[in-house]
Amino acid sequence: MREMIIGELSQALLELRMGFAHYLPRLIVMLILAFAGWAIAYAVKVVLRSILRLIQFDKLSENAGASQLLKNAALPSASEVLSRFLFWVVWLGFILLGVSVLGILGLQEQVAKFFFFLPRLFVAIFILFFGLLAASFFSRAALLAAVNANIPSPRVLSIAIRSIVIVFVLSIVFEELGLAEQTMLVAFGIAFGALMLGLAIAFGIGGKDLAQGFLEKKFVRSRKEENEDELSPL
Amino acid sequence: MTHDTSALMPAVRTEIKLAEENFLTDDFLRQLINVGEVDILIGVPTHNNAKTIGAIVQAIQGGILRWFPRERAVIINPDGGSRDGTPELVTGISIDDLRPVSNLHALRTLHCVSTLYGNGPSSAVALRTILAAAELLRAKACIVMSPESSHTEGDWVSKLLLPIRKDGFDLVTPTYRRHKFDGLLVTNLLYPMIRALYGLRIREPYMQEFGFSGGLAGEFLLQDVWNDGTNGRGIELRFALSAITGRQRICQSFLGQKDHVERHAADLVPALRETVGPLFSGLESTLRTWSNVTGSQPISTIGPDHEVLLNPVRVNRKRLKEMFSSGVAELAGVFQAILSPATLAELQRIAGLEEGNFCYPAELWVKTVYEFAASYQKSVISRDHIIQALAPLFRGRALTFLLENRNGTAEDVESNIEGLCLEFERLKPYLLQLWKSRE
Repeated sequence: MREMIIGELSQALLELRMGFAHYLPRLIVMLILAFAGWAIAYAVKVVLRSILRLIQFDKLSENAGASQLLKNAALPSASEVLSRFLFWVVWLGFILLGVSVLGILGLQEQVAKFFFFLPRLFVAIFILFFGLLAASFFSRAALLAAVNANIPSPRVLSIAIRSIVIVFVLSIVFEELGLAEQTMLVAFGIAFGALMLGLAIAFGIGGKDLAQGFLEKKFVRSRKEENEDELSPL
Repeated sequence: MTHDTSALMPAVRTEIKLAEENFLTDDFLRQLINVGEVDILIGVPTHNNAKTIGAIVQAIQGGILRWFPRERAVIINPDGGSRDGTPELVTGISIDDLRPVSNLHALRTLHCVSTLYGNGPSSAVALRTILAAAELLRAKACIVMSPESSHTEGDWVSKLLLPIRKDGFDLVTPTYRRHKFDGLLVTNLLYPMIRALYGLRIREPYMQEFGFSGGLAGEFLLQDVWNDGTNGRGIELRFALSAITGRQRICQSFLGQKDHVERHAADLVPALRETVGPLFSGLESTLRTWSNVTGSQPISTIGPDHEVLLNPVRVNRKRLKEMFSSGVAELAGVFQAILSPATLAELQRIAGLEEGNFCYPAELWVKTVYEFAASYQKSVISRDHIIQALAPLFRGRALTFLLENRNGTAEDVESNIEGLCLEFERLKPYLLQLWKSRE
């Protein structure tokens, strides 16, 4: 009986030692990967931050309206957020690589999913940033055109265009990330409807010359009085 | 096939470049070959100008017969796809039609060549065609005439050509008799700012009728302004600025009365794009020239440098004030990116004034323009948006000019413009300071 217990204990110890011997190098590899990953991620962060500062990315982000969003959320500048984000993505990538070296079955699948998800995440961020940029550009263009054409409530028109573009961009981003696809489908339907409305308004504004010509024929006198408003700039 | 043209004479380089770029049609080249060399070239760019072009071409022909009967001359008509028969009218007018009424006789054949350069008007392509023709025909002196003016006289030809042929000037800019409230963008921005920047008092830097030497044509053709992504916008102003910064010999010549063109509110933004855009964009490349200039000098002027008409015109001041005030309020977010907080605060203050007390002071206007120029250079937002954002502010300045000179005599108006010019000159260090702080 005693020998049996000793034998089992020895066996368990042996297995533990074997398991430990089996996992120790992997654990060391994981730690090395995590440490090297931190160093590489830090270097990537520094390099990216320098590049973004060099190309005045913060100004671009300000123009896109992204800086305002970050400021409202008490976050640092866009270049800082982006470089920190990349730091964590790179480091997390190395840590997960290290975890996969351990050979734990369930974890390996999750790691693979993470690496599969990464490109989509980057594409989504890219779309979001340039979408915000486009929204800002088009809303400002509409605002300026409306102010210079003396259209009433130009800011409403500008905000409407901005909202439509942002909704459209968000629907693409969520689609790309594969999140809430059904909700996004409905949102896209609404956005598309709103876009059509926007186009209808734009068509109305674009066709104002036709309407103007028509009214000019009908009410020549009032049109002449309008002309008296302006002085020749050149 | 490309050539290393750097070691060649400028004229040869230009000819090779023209041959390589191939923007002139074969038919046009064939017609130019038939013309041969000329002494003077008159360019008349057109696009649906059938109503006015006949009288203008006749005036030009009369001017050539009277003033340059011994010179070899050609009229070049680049047309942007007219649908009203304008090119046919240009080429159909014979010099013989003038003889019975004017008793003038040409000693040489007056050629008239028309070419279609596209299906829409483009002042840049039209001017490039004229310059290329001048280069290929080795014209010694050239002029460009506006196809719209109803006041064009035959002596405009001599007024623009003689300073080049006799006195050796390279560029002759026009001056006109105009209504005191016509050309407000010229009197309140272009003339004073160009004068302050480059030190030359050129009254009409945005030229619609002007003369130039064959040498200047060749030099400008070689410049990289034709394919720089601006679609040649404001090419006439760029041409003038190129002559100014290239230290060419410039004079101005009084032509006569300029048409009062009826404008709509929608015309202001295109006018700003045509003029203020090229002016601001040229600042970067010419920094070394304008940063060293202080004060300004008058340039040689044939005739008066301006004449003012004082007949009353009806202007809706209330609407101007409303468009200024609503612009300042609605575009506050845009102005925050362009203007300094102090300038913006001051604009917001004057936007709240009653029409009767409204005043957009010269100093504030100059600071506004300089801050716009510096922001344009740094592209704080889209450059076209910066230009568009200037429109409501210009309306405010126009209203002030209108109120200040409502009952003013010609001397009062001139004194007002001179005061603004001096303000532009006085505050030039402010522009330099903005430029340096934004570098």
